Amino acid sequence: MFRDAPHFDVRDYLRQEMMPHFLCPGCGHGMALRALLWALHELKVDRDKLAVVSGIGCAGRLSAYIDANTFHTTHGRPLAYATGLALARPDLQVVVITGDGDCLAIGGNHLIHACRRNLKLTCLMLNNEIYGMTGGQVSPTTSETRLTTTTPHGNAEPNFDACALATAAGAGFVGREMTRHVPKLKELIKDGLQHPGFAFIEVLSDCTEVYGRKNDMGSSSEMVLRQKSEMRPSAYRDSVDEPFRSTDLPTGILARNTRPEYGAALRAAK
Amino acid sequence: MNAIDRSHAKPAAKLLSGNAACAQGAIDAGCTFFAGYPITPSSEIAERLSTLLPKAGGVFVQMEDEIAAMAAVIGASMGGVKALTATSGPGFSLKQENIGYAAGAEIPCVIVNVMRGGPSTGMPTRPSQADIFQTRYGSHGDYPIIVLAPASAREIYDETIRAFDLAEICRTPVVLLYDQVIAQSSETVSLGGRPPVHATRKWASGSREGYKPYAAGDDLVPPMPRPGDGYRTHTTGLTHSETGFPSQDPETVTRNLGRLYAKLEKHRDLIDSFEAVRCEDADVVIVAIGISARAARRAVDTCRAEGKKVGLFRPITLWPFPEIALREATKHARAVLVPELNIGQLRLEIERLLRDRRVEGLHLISGEPITPAEIAAAATKLASEV
Ligand SMILES: Cc1ncc(C[n+]2csc(CCOP(=O)(O)OP(=O)(O)O)c2C)c(N)n1
Ligand code: SF4
Repeated sequence: MFRDAPHFDVRDYLRQEMMPHFLCPGCGHGMALRALLWALHELKVDRDKLAVVSGIGCAGRLSAYIDANTFHTTHGRPLAYATGLALARPDLQVVVITGDGDCLAIGGNHLIHACRRNLKLTCLMLNNEIYGMTGGQVSPTTSETRLTTTTPHGNAEPNFDACALATAAGAGFVGREMTRHVPKLKELIKDGLQHPGFAFIEVLSDCTEVYGRKNDMGSSSEMVLRQKSEMRPSAYRDSVDEPFRSTDLPTGILARNTRPEYGAALRAAK
Repeated sequence: MNAIDRSHAKPAAKLLSGNAACAQGAIDAGCTFFAGYPITPSSEIAERLSTLLPKAGGVFVQMEDEIAAMAAVIGASMGGVKALTATSGPGFSLKQENIGYAAGAEIPCVIVNVMRGGPSTGMPTRPSQADIFQTRYGSHGDYPIIVLAPASAREIYDETIRAFDLAEICRTPVVLLYDQVIAQSSETVSLGGRPPVHATRKWASGSREGYKPYAAGDDLVPPMPRPGDGYRTHTTGLTHSETGFPSQDPETVTRNLGRLYAKLEKHRDLIDSFEAVRCEDADVVIVAIGISARAARRAVDTCRAEGKKVGLFRPITLWPFPEIALREATKHARAVLVPELNIGQLRLEIERLLRDRRVEGLHLISGEPITPAEIAAAATKLASEV
């Protein structure tokens, strides 16, 4: 177990009336949620002014548990909803929670354009390498050869490196961390929340139920332990820039720049 | 003697296209957010608003596609502003999933669909009226929606303002539907005597303890919680209870969905709008919208000059259909003629509503408007047969 800050009780940030939550035992998404709430706590974010926008999937369901202004939107579209919300209400702190399928498959177009636009939003993509909610179908992040309910002979498609993609598309802040290191993840999310433009954070999560089981990945703690070594960053490793080329899956802050923030630029132009 | 300056009383007439009138109507209705994706024949709305909105303290954003534009409009409205998007056929199809979200989660917004022929990319620069059913039934599942079908630039201006009012009053998406001819031809428009903007959003107020965002009063429209006011509510496209949290309890689901329909019924006096021309004694009533209704208006004059008792019923509110007014207008009519630029969409609805009457269609799918002479000939023929 990791140590929370002594004054941080995650229950204070959760909607108690929504308990018990629907996540499977051992699901990494719970850890990601805890890290987000911890980061919000340490930054003393005013929850009346906090808007959490999520898409559809197990990851998308998390917004309902957060005691703030929460919006559970349509599959793949939370970044587009959040763009309207953040432009209309620059006074709100807007956080997007999305899954790998939500963000990179159906929502891939919105991701690259959110990166390019650089509106102040914090996007947390929970990457469990699978479509969890619909029962374990292949995702754009599923490693090659892995078994899923729609790749019974092993996945033949190479996967995305979401961070390399976000960096290439111009995201102001790009980072990756694992649920294996919740305090580090919390620090990364804090950095992302404070970034003055678009922040993309990939969280390596685990779907114990429909992915781990199918691929004999052992218990949830075994899955967490193999997170970094088993998740393959990209089949295109040679074609991407440093630091994405290393054989290891890079974590931490991977890109940071201070391009002009889109909302402010829009409001300034009359 | 000094001449009295009356210039203030006579608003200057301007040459405006329907699309330009729509953009001006949006500004005058208090719209401060537009998100869109270019498509003919609707793009002039976006182009105009990209200039007008920043001056009015609003935001214009061109999104990466129509799905994103619809989503951004809903996001902006959830934040508390009046928001608009405009598109045409293929783009309107892309917006449908999120239009259903706005209907189900009760998010006010206005969507313009300047119809173009289909299927698929069809005829971008030609008039069509083939999206009548798509406006009503385009998204999945059961949901009600308001659709307004103006027939002139001036009416587009008024109905744009009314669309924003109805969206706010009923907490629902409202579609403005018109065709390419009305969208892109310029007409002399005087914006004097514009309808007053009477709707501002009903925000939740009062105690935050035990607050239920979907608990409605007598008007069946729950006040909306404004982010930042401390209510910290949840909004979802899933079926939900009065708390806003997902529910699949059969009774709860039935009650909430039933309320969505009932709230529009409750506001029918505000929603229903139509024009009836010389219907009182008409043997034949023409039912038409948009450019076809304008041609039909001329046809009525031609027929009357020849002694034929022909009238015109023009629904301005297309959905929910003003059926009481239709029945009243066709009380004595022995036949109804429906000229339209499609294979028979409005006709199907009229047949459904007037089952005891002969209903004939006049359908043109060539990409050209129907002429007054064609309508007059069809009405004359029909009058001689009944
Ligand atoms: C338009 C649309 N297509 C498909 C679905 C079905 N669907 C629901 S969740 C989901 C996948 C979610 O996967 P991911 O985003 O990776 O999240 P996870 O459940 O793994 O956390 C899909 C395909 C849907 N709800 N809407
Ligand atoms: S199905 Fe997978 S991702 Fe979804 S809650 Fe269960 S373990 Fe988590």
